[in-house]
Amino acid sequence: MSGMALRSPAPAAFEAAAGRTADGALAGLRWAAARDLRLALRSRAELGVQLLFYVIVVALFPLSMTPERNLLATMGPGVLWVAALLASLLSLPRLFATDHADGTLEQIALSPYPLEALVAGKVLAHWLTTGLPVALLAPLLALQYYLDAGSVAVLVAGLLLGTPILSLLGAVGAALTLGLRGGGGSLLALLILPLYVPVLIFGAGAVDAARAGLGATANLSLLGAGLALALVGTPFAAAAAVRIALD
Amino acid sequence: MALNWYRFSSPATFYPLAGRLVPLFGWGAAVLAAVGLWLGFVVAPTDFQQGEVYRIIFIHVPSAWMSMFLYVVMAFWGALLLGFNTRLSGMMAQAIAPTGALMTFIALWSGALWGRPTWGTYWAWDARMTSELILLFLYFGIIALRQAIGDPRRADRACAVLALVGVVNIPIIYFSVKWWNTLHQGASVKLTGSSMETTMLAGMLVMSFAFWFYAIAVVLARVRTIVLERERGAAWVAELPEARSA
Repeated sequence: MSGMALRSPAPAAFEAAAGRTADGALAGLRWAAARDLRLALRSRAELGVQLLFYVIVVALFPLSMTPERNLLATMGPGVLWVAALLASLLSLPRLFATDHADGTLEQIALSPYPLEALVAGKVLAHWLTTGLPVALLAPLLALQYYLDAGSVAVLVAGLLLGTPILSLLGAVGAALTLGLRGGGGSLLALLILPLYVPVLIFGAGAVDAARAGLGATANLSLLGAGLALALVGTPFAAAAAVRIALD
Repeated sequence: MALNWYRFSSPATFYPLAGRLVPLFGWGAAVLAAVGLWLGFVVAPTDFQQGEVYRIIFIHVPSAWMSMFLYVVMAFWGALLLGFNTRLSGMMAQAIAPTGALMTFIALWSGALWGRPTWGTYWAWDARMTSELILLFLYFGIIALRQAIGDPRRADRACAVLALVGVVNIPIIYFSVKWWNTLHQGASVKLTGSSMETTMLAGMLVMSFAFWFYAIAVVLARVRTIVLERERGAAWVAELPEARSA
């Protein structure tokens, strides 16, 4: 990777204290996550609005058809998952764009912590403030779709496994579209939504399989495998994309 | 004698080489297409199940193969760009994207036309159709990302990252859709033996090479214009005979 050359040289002592050790990476991750969490919790209204978006999208679907019990129970998992995808997509610009706009991102990238770890920390904070609330809110919304308790449990388990993948993949797209014309809104959707497809299929499929009596293990395992893969790969891709944007 | 690949990684040396290769592959594509269509429409027998309508396979399958192959090739050039920072790699990736999208579109369109008489529907949410549709979106995403970024060097590298993330995702997307729902006929061509008539298979393979050669010719022609566009300030471009006469 050409990244090493791009990273600013740090004083040797500082490098040893914070730099490319496992401890350094962990410290960087923790620092970035704590900072982004603090920032997010200072604008709680914004977080609330994002969750409300999720609630409203979920409530729109029954209004667009006859709210028949069986139909809604069949559609429910898919609708909740699509809404989760959209809620994640909508909150992605928060990940890097504000930091990029005021120059903070450049300073963050200059720090001796590995950028991959810092990006991972930001993604963790993003998930804690979007994916996790979405997963926790899902049982309430599932009631509107007449899902039974077993399906709801599978739905929440799937969301807990799947929404981190959304944040991780989304970080790559958010970094790639930094500072572009049009603010990245619909472009980001075009880049990221196709990549979200497997998460949607396995996540909604888990609930369908559970409802059909096939058991949700296969789908949930695949989501878990996807999460492992995304955890390993996407921080590097997102960090590379951030460096490209700052170049 | 070992060929010095690095020599041709410079746009200035690659430009004339591509110029010599374009007619070679272009004519190759034309001849192969003529042979392939003759095999497909004259020699190959009528299918006992589908009748004459199956003959769209000679367009459908090669374009579907090329659509996936070109994405991998594009990601390969992207990886070279990120790994070695060779300018030409980014230009190659840029030149491949529109042809890849075109192949994907042809595969979808011909598939719809084939599906109507045989399945009774233009569109089905079948694994291969759906993943082909998503592949089209991935191509569009890469083209749109390049359009949105003004600086070509940044666009090259951003598209390379996106192409690499996409190439990891394509098999996952394919299998996810496959397990989700499937209706498409099983693959007729497998590495071990084939369930097709020999002349049909021959026609399809010749057509695949025709599509391949066409893609190479078009991509090289496009990469030449990209080289000229990006290197217009360079001295070697000003000394080209076509630049002097203009």
